[in-house]
Amino acid sequence: MSKDIRIKKGLDIKLVGVAEKTTTQSSLSSVYAIKPEDFHGITPKLIAREGAKVKAGEALFHSKSDDRILFPSPVSGTITEVIRGERRKVLTVKIDADTHQDYKDFGIKDASKMTGEEVKNHLFASGCWPFVKQRPYDVVANPNQAPKAIFISAYASAPLAADLDYTLAGKEVELQAAITAISKLTSGKVHVSVGSKSNSPFEKISGIELHKVSGPHPSGNVGTQIATIDPINKGQVVWVIAPQDLVIIGELLLTGKFNATRIVALTGSKFAKPQYVAAIIGASVAHFTKDNLGTDNTRIISGNVLSGIKIKETGFLRYYDNQITAIPEGNDYEFFGWNKPVFDKVSTTRAFTFSWLNPNKKYDLTTNTNGEHRAFVVTGSYEAVFPLDIYPMQLLKAFMYKDLDEMEALGGYEVAPEDFALTEFICVSKQPHQKIIREGLDLMRQELG
Amino acid sequence: MSLKQNLHNLKEKYKGTKMAPAFNAIHTFLYMPNEVTHGGTHIKAADDLKRTMNIVIISLLPCLLFGMFNAGYQHYAAIDPSLRDNVLANFFAFDNLWIGIIKVLPLVIVSYGVGLGVEFIFAIIKGHEVEEGYLVTGMLVPLIVPVDTPLWMLAVAVVFGVVIGKEVFGGTGMNILNPALTIRAFLFFAYPTWMSGDKVWVYDAVNRAGTADAISGETILGSYAQNQEVIYSNWDKFMGFIPGSVGETSTFLILLGAAFLIFTKIGSWRIIVSTFLGAAAMGMIFNQVVAADIITSSSKFYGLMSTAWWEHLMIGGLAFGAVFMATDPVTASQTNKGKWIYGFLIGFISIMIRVFNPAYPEGVFLAILLMNVFAPTIDHYVVQANVKNRLKRAKVKTA
Repeated sequence: MSKDIRIKKGLDIKLVGVAEKTTTQSSLSSVYAIKPEDFHGITPKLIAREGAKVKAGEALFHSKSDDRILFPSPVSGTITEVIRGERRKVLTVKIDADTHQDYKDFGIKDASKMTGEEVKNHLFASGCWPFVKQRPYDVVANPNQAPKAIFISAYASAPLAADLDYTLAGKEVELQAAITAISKLTSGKVHVSVGSKSNSPFEKISGIELHKVSGPHPSGNVGTQIATIDPINKGQVVWVIAPQDLVIIGELLLTGKFNATRIVALTGSKFAKPQYVAAIIGASVAHFTKDNLGTDNTRIISGNVLSGIKIKETGFLRYYDNQITAIPEGNDYEFFGWNKPVFDKVSTTRAFTFSWLNPNKKYDLTTNTNGEHRAFVVTGSYEAVFPLDIYPMQLLKAFMYKDLDEMEALGGYEVAPEDFALTEFICVSKQPHQKIIREGLDLMRQELG
Repeated sequence: MSLKQNLHNLKEKYKGTKMAPAFNAIHTFLYMPNEVTHGGTHIKAADDLKRTMNIVIISLLPCLLFGMFNAGYQHYAAIDPSLRDNVLANFFAFDNLWIGIIKVLPLVIVSYGVGLGVEFIFAIIKGHEVEEGYLVTGMLVPLIVPVDTPLWMLAVAVVFGVVIGKEVFGGTGMNILNPALTIRAFLFFAYPTWMSGDKVWVYDAVNRAGTADAISGETILGSYAQNQEVIYSNWDKFMGFIPGSVGETSTFLILLGAAFLIFTKIGSWRIIVSTFLGAAAMGMIFNQVVAADIITSSSKFYGLMSTAWWEHLMIGGLAFGAVFMATDPVTASQTNKGKWIYGFLIGFISIMIRVFNPAYPEGVFLAILLMNVFAPTIDHYVVQANVKNRLKRAKVKTA
């Protein structure tokens, strides 16, 4: 039985620079980079050394805590550089791509005939395990803990997010193969959420529980969907896979190759022509945004404006992202900015802020903080954009004073940093909500396991 | 070089020094900072604390302006009661405003001067930015004291209120009690003769006491408490042409402020509505007690108990407290359910204190301070309900 999800609380932030639905193929970039920090909570142990030749799909490093979890090279080529930081922590592994791509062969598999254990081992071997993430804690899934269900959000509601109906179109075969395989990993259900008016390829997929989602952001956040469909209780684990990663898993099963190509949305007002581009994980952003991106005083973000990571002009597409956003930096003063009427910014209040007059207007927001960091003062505003059955401010405060009992009792297992992106956006006191949640979750994971 | 550039250079110069908070306070007043996001969301909504506080101040301005006229009007009307026969013609006169300028503006200036002075000193000592909390407190304080309050008294009270009421807890956002009401309570308990009676509400009445020119002006609550007749019409009470603290007399303008606060989504409509509901409920209970002849006109409580419940809502400081004091987000309940309980109890207890407190027939500030103390407790139980639901869900699943 499918269950429709209707979210009332939330906020759609409409920005300039929606990607036009055309996809260009980017040529192979010369350098690719994998950053272990994309896999939060993983301590990498290098397998491939500088100067080594690797094929696409061959492991670069594994997790220190579980050497079955491999992290593969997205392309074939030569490892040119391993950049290390403090205490020799691996920051970046750079690969010079071969002009002719060579894939490691993992063998063609028929998912329907595999057991759960076989699927797991296949995902380990091919380096696809990191695509499986878990809640609680929002980290790469611990393979030793059985999930009660698997959740896939094929509906993206974040600002300017890639339209998954578009990027997944024509991938039904891959998606079906991947779904068949991962459904072996859980005794529970595989929940897939699509937009209520969507034309998603998932409509035709079998072996899933399909949910139609409507309402403002964060309705597309998988955390919101989990909370509505089957909330996480203490001791339970659910796994989460992004649909674009299912395509890679599906292709692996069907062809035996690890093909890390995905359709990436180039969005934001700083793109001359916001559109889609096919690019490989770890690709140099400068390469596939060439002649399109205005780099003067620009914030380039791998991901969306709410939860993405700032990258440099010379940066790389991060492991899980299917979106690059470029918006203007807001590093300028604004005369009497705190009391003059505001027409060009988004607000949930009407405190001489007029975005409520024109709900469909698209805004060109900058990175200015629009005010200074303060203690929590205003109450009741977070609740209006926070659909989970959790008291957001109380949870944030518990996370700040690190009372583990309260963190647990108030719903710490059910949240991920991205669930607090909207409350952070509207926060009058400009508190770093996602950072507070991330640090708190790390503490919980360390202390409570 | 432009002003913007000059200030930017100065900011860089002061960075890391003791003077930085003081300079930044003035700088950020003129210019919203050039700060950009790093980590977390890359964009932020337009509102900051300054904007929020500014909205509250704007909502208070009509009350202040009206209070300035009323200061003069009550003075002249006490000398020549015939002025009351045609209120509208006699109220908005420059003579009235002039009394406001010489009596009320100094209260505002002292409140802001002393309060912000303390804030700056603490910011410099503790090395944090000057916070905006006092911008609203500084405007509230002159509106809730009698017009004849000596300035030195106000200054002492403000220092006490800001230091003990707020800074010792860690500044704006950390305090337990509403700072403006802490200041009011300090004045009330330290200088009770200046805060009650029939002299302090009218400019110059204290000075003229005992002379041939003596004037007086009892508040409506004072009259009811003494079972006296009240000379003011309901229209006067609602519009605020009555003696009282500087800015709290006009229920009409307070409701206008409330409408503005609710529309801008800055004030909590839950607290405002529930406070009025609580007061109405208590008022009705007392009315029923009188109607059932449990209390007769010989009782000293008769005057206020027999006051119609709806009249309670527009006399005294109830409306002002409900709209501008109880809604202080830091000291109020922070959960939406808690706000209903918190507000209702404020209204309920206000009227109770009003009726039973013989010495000072106004309970709003005491009720709000009391509920400030209990707000975290209310929130605790509201949040525990959520926690219990979570535990129950876990049990159902595992069973």
